[in-house]
Parts: sequence; structure tokens; C-alpha cells
Amino acid sequence: MKIHVTVNGVAYDRDVEPRTLLAYFLREECRLTGTHVGCDTSSCGCCVVVLDGTRAVKSCTMFAAQADGHEILTVEGLAEGGKLHALQQGFWDQHGLQCGYCTPGMLLTAYALLKHQPNPSEADIREGLSGNLCRCTGYLNIVKAVQQAAATLGQPAGATK
Amino acid sequence: MKQCSDIDGTVRNNPLLAVYNHIFSGSPLRRPRGSTRAALPRQEVGDVIPAAFDYLRAHTTDEALAHLQQHGAEARVLAGGQSLIPAMRFRLARPAVLVDINGVGELNYVRMSDGVLAVGAIARDSDIERAPWIGDRRWSLFYDVSRVVADPVVRQMGTVVGSLCHNDPSGDWTTVALASRATVVVRGKSGTRRVPIDEFLVDSFATAVGDGEMALGAEFPIPDDRTAGSYQKVERKVGDFATAAAAVQVSLNADGTIRSAGVALSAAGACAVRVDAAEQLLAGQKPSADLLRAASDAAWHRSAPQADLRGSVEFKKHLAGVLVARGLRQAFSRLGVQA
Amino acid sequence: MSIQAKPLHSVGVRMKRKEDPRFIQGKGNYVDDLSFPGMLYLSLVRSTYPHAEIKSIDISEAMKVPGVKAVITGKDLEAAGLGWLPTFHGFDKQMVLAIGKVLFQYQEVAAVFAETRAAAVDGAEAVQVDYAPLPVVADPFTSKTDKVLLRPDRESKTNHIFHWEVGDKDGTARAMASSPKRIKQRLWFQRCHPAPLEPCGCVAYFDTMGRLQFHVTSQAPHVYRTALSLVTGIPEDKIHVISPDLGGGFGNKVPVYPGYVCAIVGALKIGRPVKWIETRTENLTSTGFARDYHMDVEIGATADGKVTALHVATTADHGAFDAAADPTKYPAGIFGIVTGSYAFPVAHAEVDAYFTNKAPGGIAYRCSFRVTEASYAIERGMDILADELGMDAVELRKKNFIPKDQFPYPSALGFTYDSGDYHKTLDVALETIGYSALLKEQAEKRARGELMGIGFSTFTEAVGAGPSKHFDILGIKMFDSAEIRIHPTGAGIVRTGAKSQGQGHETTWAQVVAEELGLDPQTIMVEEGDTDTAPYGLGTYASRSTPVAGAAIVMAARRIREKARKIAAHLLEVGEADVEWTDYKFQVKGVPSKTVTMKEVAFAAYTNMAQIEPGLEATYYYDPPNMTYPNGAYVSVVDVDRETGETKVRRFVAIDDCGVVINPMIVEGQVHGGLTEGFAMAFIQEIQYDAEGNNLNTNFTDYLVPTSLETPHWETGNTVTPSPHHPMGAKGVGESPNVGSPAAFVNAVIDALSPLGVRHIDMPLSRDKVWRAIRDAEAKKAKQA
Repeated sequence: MKIHVTVNGVAYDRDVEPRTLLAYFLREECRLTGTHVGCDTSSCGCCVVVLDGTRAVKSCTMFAAQADGHEILTVEGLAEGGKLHALQQGFWDQHGLQCGYCTPGMLLTAYALLKHQPNPSEADIREGLSGNLCRCTGYLNIVKAVQQAAATLGQPAGATK
Repeated sequence: MKQCSDIDGTVRNNPLLAVYNHIFSGSPLRRPRGSTRAALPRQEVGDVIPAAFDYLRAHTTDEALAHLQQHGAEARVLAGGQSLIPAMRFRLARPAVLVDINGVGELNYVRMSDGVLAVGAIARDSDIERAPWIGDRRWSLFYDVSRVVADPVVRQMGTVVGSLCHNDPSGDWTTVALASRATVVVRGKSGTRRVPIDEFLVDSFATAVGDGEMALGAEFPIPDDRTAGSYQKVERKVGDFATAAAAVQVSLNADGTIRSAGVALSAAGACAVRVDAAEQLLAGQKPSADLLRAASDAAWHRSAPQADLRGSVEFKKHLAGVLVARGLRQAFSRLGVQA
Repeated sequence: MSIQAKPLHSVGVRMKRKEDPRFIQGKGNYVDDLSFPGMLYLSLVRSTYPHAEIKSIDISEAMKVPGVKAVITGKDLEAAGLGWLPTFHGFDKQMVLAIGKVLFQYQEVAAVFAETRAAAVDGAEAVQVDYAPLPVVADPFTSKTDKVLLRPDRESKTNHIFHWEVGDKDGTARAMASSPKRIKQRLWFQRCHPAPLEPCGCVAYFDTMGRLQFHVTSQAPHVYRTALSLVTGIPEDKIHVISPDLGGGFGNKVPVYPGYVCAIVGALKIGRPVKWIETRTENLTSTGFARDYHMDVEIGATADGKVTALHVATTADHGAFDAAADPTKYPAGIFGIVTGSYAFPVAHAEVDAYFTNKAPGGIAYRCSFRVTEASYAIERGMDILADELGMDAVELRKKNFIPKDQFPYPSALGFTYDSGDYHKTLDVALETIGYSALLKEQAEKRARGELMGIGFSTFTEAVGAGPSKHFDILGIKMFDSAEIRIHPTGAGIVRTGAKSQGQGHETTWAQVVAEELGLDPQTIMVEEGDTDTAPYGLGTYASRSTPVAGAAIVMAARRIREKARKIAAHLLEVGEADVEWTDYKFQVKGVPSKTVTMKEVAFAAYTNMAQIEPGLEATYYYDPPNMTYPNGAYVSVVDVDRETGETKVRRFVAIDDCGVVINPMIVEGQVHGGLTEGFAMAFIQEIQYDAEGNNLNTNFTDYLVPTSLETPHWETGNTVTPSPHHPMGAKGVGESPNVGSPAAFVNAVIDALSPLGVRHIDMPLSRDKVWRAIRDAEAKKAKQA
């Protein structure tokens, strides 16, 4: 079936099987391999993308067909004009990643979290990220990364997406 | 020498059935009762790609129902998909047709009217979690549960009504629906009917929604301002189903006695169960430590869980008692009463 | 808080990672990101039965599925001489695809190649296998009886794989028998799985020159190349292994898996690239598991708590094939480190391993080759001894620590510990956690019947395998290597035989080179994982990179510095003997104003080198003289809810001593991650098989990884006791948190429950287990009352 999905502001018109999962559509049809697949049971969150600007969704638990007519934000769409998003800068500055596999999902879950809660406490962040697994970092620096980003985005001069 | 962590030996042996238990099975398939000692029932493959199906998208409720009526048992509703899609990836669910209702705008509502909180079929868990009124004491049961269903990302897609229709024995919304005495609005060929939650939940993964029918929404009576609740869930980690959980909602009279109580348990039987005995013994009484003990005992008696990797029968029953007591204590505390 | 050496030029600096920009923008290069024209997908058919004869495999329906190009079985591979592949330990082999019978549930049975991922899965589903079930051996104790022979293919007709021992058997038995105090306890380190978030996978194709291009998730790419050459007969120069960015390894990506061989065979036979990416289920049920050691620990002591003897007898469950990726001479890995941080005058350790109907493996999950098991055994054992003696756990440890003036210390089991100051490291931990205040609080809580526990783990581990005298994998000695080339403009490239899976090598190696050569680490590129360009190395696992590859980098850099000195002398117009390396520059001895930088020398190496050979590069293959011995003191404070059996980890302090620290930020990150894995093992992780051999934890719904919400807030620090034999004094740290933390958690929970008389509970400390232990202990007490 034919679908029309806007990813990071770019329109993709493709013909897919209904059973094609959004994660594989992004990776293989759109050639955006930043969204990762890490499990079979919607447990790990490596595949998280943002739907219609505000909702973090697990793209392995959604069909590409469901994204027809909708907007998807992937990790490749976070930086604007070569400038890193505050979250990306936060992860870099605070050593919030090691192998990098969970990172795109973490960034986008955090992105949606900050849209809804611009000033989260450590507890809020830990709760908000509890749908994303990491095996390398033990989460401590990821929390710091999100805290830094929240502070940056909270400043009046900071660019907000 | 015990090799695994099972305690009383009735750990479910078929690993795929363990996954199967938490996933929508599709109406023709029913989870076999009891544990099986055989190996897996079918060829084991590196699944995670669903079997092929036809995809239909509905824009109105009428359209959705027309599709469902046309395809009967071959069709499944796709709302949040957070239970259905995992089942399809493992090919445990193989609907020939999926009817996507995410575009049915008229089913996307969370509103208060006529004394009920009405939640439409595609309203998300997170719509409740983030509702502007969720901090109001009368909604404290909903405040608690909306923070422990699945995980924070799954909640942004998963639906309340979908959870009710899925009817997992360890589900959270079904338990809350019982405690809050909800009603499910079902529509089919014969028209629209309101099904009280006790009748709606039929058996594990089976509800009053028949083939060719659809749940349009759920209605939760709006509690008065002398009502509070609590949802107590023991889970091994975020995203796990409950090892045990208790939902309580209590309303007080002006004189401080209990006007009514809703007490329900998750992971305590084929479906979430109402602890009728606790509700009855609470009514008319003043909160006290003895009362909590009695309610706790009633919960222990009512709980009939299955042993699994989360815990033994003994442990889960014990937790049922503990969590009802803790839930009641917290609900009373929210009402300014020490028990 | 930490006591660190003051940062030097580059070592000791909390430098932001150079590899991060691509990862934070989703531009990492993982195997599944690769796509080649005409690429096929491989899906494996796997056994539903734990032990069964294969009566027949019917592929006819599978071949009819649209998009399916080929299906192969074990018989096809056998005909091509590829039916079996040697395991890394070398004394066993494992089936690639099942031949004749299956030996564990989810074992690979057939390989389906198709145009799309979905078609491959459809095809796999359509393969019909007819099994005749055989009796199942689900635990090593049953296996020991040999009632059911699992491996008729082996020469010795027994399920007993090996008996290994080290130490003084008779001396230990005598000392134990005459010890006034003795404890004995069976401890089980349960079967776990490393579960990196990126599953294993590969893409294989033969290029126009007939070379095998093999992109694969491998922690040891050179070893793969050699092993594949030996197994397939393809000459080694015609094999190019590329291990790209890896999404975690933790030992899971060390073995060669059947899927890899099938992909290569498919690529060869069909003439198209083949991609195989396993699912999470496949990862958890068939790739290298970790642990599964049943250990009987016996410790003897004097009445006032001086240890006299240690005996550990282990029953090891290796699964269906002995695929434990150990060095050849160490079938039980480095289990001999089980004397830990203590001065045992005599000790004896032995391991008996058995086959069972479970997935093969055993060496994984940051175990340092069984050091996790050994460390758990001794740290739990010491706590049980303290309990028996009525002694404080800290006091008992301090009394028996190897004193700092006795290093290098020859242990009773044959290791020479390089350095350590165990008392100091523990004191830092005690101060950080506020031990005396905690003891007070615990006494008050105990009076009220509340269950609060404090648990310690003061571990010493051995890493950096290893000296060629003792260590080899498939005969290849466990050296490692570095090749450094400095460019005219003072930038450079360093290539090693290591392979990062997130440990930050692109940053730390640049820091090391920058330190040795006074250059800018931002312009030192690091490359690993490409066997065409990297010098031969044994890869990254068991914390060996810093001790071995890191040493090679230092030594190669010093070779460069030696040549650079000649060029500097030429530039400074003095004799070589008059030039010294001071303050990161070449200086004329006694004339501080006459200097030349390495950058200037680099340029001269290409433009003004006089009679000296042009260029500025060096290679070094480093054969370590010894292991290194990182150590640490961990403390955990817990509160146990007696009604629900839940343990809340209130605080956890980890003080590590890994010698000289290259990048403190990266070391802290490694510790955070390892502590989280130890926390998981202690409380929620297990790969369970039931009595019928069914694998019960096949996915992340039941093999549990903690989330940010459950994971405690880690507090870390360090002391610095350099390794005397490492050129930089560094020891490595990646595995320490996994090695040290499980015992700290368990010791804390048992401490909490000790007023009730609970002595031990096996991991994972699930709520049910803990609740039950409390309830049974209280019932027992009530009976006695």
C-alpha cells in the first residue's frame, strides 16, 4: 500500500506491505539508520521516535501504515543547520553515552519529556526515561545530560524546537 | 537441587506461553489453563516480523464497525497496538485484517459529562496521566495507576479502552475499572449497550465484545469530594506486569464512616477480581487498624493467582493482602484519616 | 569524590569523547546499518526441543515461499566440511546447524535465505522439522550421573567435560581440618546473559577479488579472521573482517556463532551479500551465556579470625557444547583468583564441568574469565565467616588483607599480585559511606525490628590476559599491538588490535599518545576493528585493553620518541646524547631555552630529516609480563521491606583502584554501567531452564534489565596504586564493577536479615525469595521460643 510520511520535514512516498514496522521503514526505506532495534517486546526503547511533534512512540510497535499522513522526528532531525540540539550537547558534555545504541531513543524520549515537563527533577527524569534501557551508562550521566539540556532550553535566549 | 528460581514448582513450563499470556491471543485462541510440560507447540523461528495481513483504515465509528462486521473473527481493531502488535510480531496473533481506528476523531475524547468521566476508544493512557484534573484528590486512584501502566513511552500510544478490551489477568486498567465501578460502551449489529465492568470482563483475554463489535469508550463515575483512592502495584521493574496489585477507592460519609468502597486485585485470577467481601465489610464502618486487617484477609482469600516467574501462589496471595491494606491506608490518609 | 593524580598533559584529563558526535546524531555505523546491492536476509530455524533426534527436515514448503532463495541444513554444511566449528576454548567443537540431533532449545537447525527480512521469516516458519524427543538433562548434577549421554560425538563417553584444579590439595585439607573455626556454604552464581542492546549480526559477501568481506559484531576481529580461515579453508589474506561500531559487547560478541558461518556459506553459494541480524530472543537463548557456577566454599580460620585455608569446589554447567571462550590452559578461566584480597597461606580450588541441554557459553558479562564467580565466592564466604565468628565484616577483612608492603604478592594459587593498598581503599569507602554513623542507625533500627543492612565487597581481580607463557586463544598468544603514524603536520593515527564496544578507545588512546608525544589528542585519530589495517590483536574483553593494547600504544609511542629524538638533535644541532625529553618537548640538556616540539620534529621527519630514515611511525607488539590486579572497596546500604520482600538500595559507594587513570570521566562511566549490571544480577536477572529444558527467560519481558527508575544513584571514587610493571602504571577497570558489586548487594541484604538468623540466599534476590526467607526464619524462631 502507498503511504506518505514526513520524516524530519522531508516527505517520503513509498509503497510498503501493511506489516512493515515503522522502525524498519525508517531504517530501510528512508535510509535513516539512527533509529535502532534492540529487542522483540517493546521493552528497550532504542526505536523511539517522536510522532506529530509531541508524542514519543516505540517505532517497533507501530506499523509504517499508521504513520501515513503524520510527521515523524528521528534523531537525525534533532540538530538544526549543523547546530546540535541542547539534548545532544548535554549527552556529549555529560558523557551520557558509551556504545551509542540506546542514545537516539533516549534523546527523543527526553525531547518529548521536556516538551511536556520543561523543568523536571532528577526523579521526574528517571521516571520519564524508564521506558528506555541502557546497558552501558547506569543512567547517572544520562540524567545529568537531560538536566543540562533542560537548563539550556529554559533560558530565554535558548532556541526551543 | 533446585535449578531455577521457582518456589512451589508450578512455574509455567512453556516459555512462549509465558509471553503469550501477556499478549492478545485473538478470539479463536485461548490460553490453555494450567502449565504444559511439552516443549513449544510450533516451529521456533527468529520471529519479529508479523504474518501478512490486510490493512483497513476507518475515519468514522460507522466505517470501523462496517469493516468489523464484514470480516468477523478474522478482523482485529488496531488502536494503541501496544499489546496487539507484540503478539503479531511473535505470530501468536495472526489477524487477516486490521482495522485501524486511530483516525476516528470522534473516539478521541476525555471529558466529564453527566456525572461520568468518559474516555474514548483512542484516548491514550498519557491523556489521563497528564490531565489537568489528575492531581485532584477524588482522582487519586487514577493518578496512581496512570503512572504505572507499562512505561512512559508505551503510555503515549496505549489506550485505556484497549487495555480493558485486552483484559490481561495482570492488567492495571481493568483492576481500576472494577474498583471505580466503570461501564464500557459497546456497539455492534444490535446497537449500542452499556456493559458494567463486572460483566464486561469475561475471562483471560476475553470480554463482552463479540465478533463484529467494538468498544467505543469507557465511563467512570465522577467521585464526590469525599472520595480518594490508591493503586498499589508490585512490579519487578517498570514495564513489567504486576506481580500483584490492588486498586481501592473509598468514599466517606460526613460522619467519617465509609459510605462505599471499591476493592479490586490484579494478577489474582483469570481476570482482575473484585474483593466483594472486603467491600461489604468496609461499608458503614469507621476506618481502623482492625478494619484494614479484615479487608486484607478478605483480599488474601479472594486472590487466586497463577505461579510464574514473578512469584509463587503463596507470595502473590500474601501481597494481595498487604497491598489492599496499604492501599486503604493511603486512601484514608489522603482523606485526612489515620487508620 | 576521588583522590586522583593531578592531570598531566593529557592523561588524567576528563576529555569529552571524540566518538560522540556521530552517535548523538544517529550516524553510528552498526552492522545492521549496512546495506549492499542484491543483499539477502538470513533467518534461522531453531529447535523447539531441548534434546531430540532430528528425524527429518522438509524444506519444500519453505522453498515455495515468495522471495526465498535457498535453505540449508546441517547435512549440507557437513558435506562441505563445515558441519562443526571449533569453540574458542579449543577442546570442543559445536554444531553450526544441528546434525542428527538437537541439544538445546533454540539451537540452530536450518538457514533460510530470502530477498527480504519478512520473506526470510515466512520461509523459516515454513520449514518442517520432525523431532523425536530424547530425555532431557537440565542440570549439571543430573548430568554427572551420566544416565543420559549428551555427546556421543566425543571420544570420552561422559558428560563430564573436565576436572581442573590448582593449589595444594592435601595441605589445604590438613589446614582446614585443624582450623578451630570453619564455614562451608554452597553458593550458586546463577546463569545470566550479557544482553548488549545491539544483538549480534553480520553482513558477508565475496568481492570481485574473491575476498570475503565480513562485517560482523566482533570483539576480536583478528581472531575471527584466523579462525574463519582455519574453519573454511579460505586463505587468511582473502578474508577481511571489519568490526564497525558495536552497540555493547560485554563478552557476548567474542564467540563465533552459527549464524556467522551460515551467512558466509550463503554468500559463497548464492553469490550475493547476506545479512544476518539476530532477534533479542535468539540473542538471549542461543548466544554465549554467563556464569552458572555452583560453588562449595570452605574457609578455615583461627578463633580470632585469621584465615588459615580456603577450599572451593565448583560444579560448572557449560550447556550443550563447551563454548566457554577461555584461554587454552584455563578451562575454568582465572578462577584461581578466588583467594581474593586475603593472605591465605594455603588454598585449593577445583572445577568440574558438565554438559547439559542448555545453550553453550559461560564466559561473558564482564566476568574477566570467571573472576566474577571467584570474587562472589570469596566475598560471600568472608561475610559468612564473619557471621560465624561474630566479628564485624570490616574487621575480618582488614585483619586478613594482603598488607601493602608485601606486593608483589605471590598468592597461594599461583598469581603474583602487582600492587594494592587495600586498607587505604577500604578506609576511603568507609569514610565516604559514613560507616560508624550507619552502624549506630542500624542498631536503632534493629531494636525496632526494621531490616537495614550494610554490605561490603573488597575484591581483587586479575585482568590483562596475558603473558604468552600462560595465555593463548586457539594457540594464538594473548599479546596486543599498536601502530602509530605521525603526519607532517603533527596529527597522527593510532591503530590497535583492541576493539571498543563503547569503552571510549577513540578518546583514551588519543590521550595516551598525546601524553607520550606532547601532541594534541584532538588530532590523533584512532582506528580499530579493520583486520586489513589494524595490527594483530586479541581484541577487547576481560578488561585487557588498557593493560595490553594500552601498553603497546605507550611502547610504540616511545619508539617514535626515540626516533624523534634523533631528528630533534639534528634540528637543535647537538649530539643525540645532549637531547632530553622534558616537559613534553625536546630540550638541549642544561639549556632550557633551546627546545623543539614534537610537532616541529614531525614536520622535519618528512622535510628535513638529514640521514635519518624519513617518516615518523612505529609498531609495537606487547607481551605483558604479568596480569594487572585492579581492586576496590564497595559498600552497599539497603533497607528491606519485610512485607513485600523488596530491597531498596539506599546508597552504594564504589571506590576503585585501577592504578593510573587515563580519563576519569570514562572510568566513572564504566563503573556506573558495571554496577548497574551487578545490581541486575543480584536482584532480578536469571536465565532459567525448567526441568524439561524449556528456556523461561527468552526476552526482555522476563530477562530483566533495570531502568533508570530502579537503578540506584551510584557514588564513585578511587585510589591510585600504580601497576609497577605496566609502562603507564594503568590496570584497566571495565570489569571491576561487575566483579565486585554482586557480593556487596547480597552481603547487605543478608546483613539486614541476619538478626533473624538468615545466613544465605542465592541470587537473584527476588521479592518472593527474600519474603520467604524472612517468613521461614521468623517461624523457626517462634518454634524455638
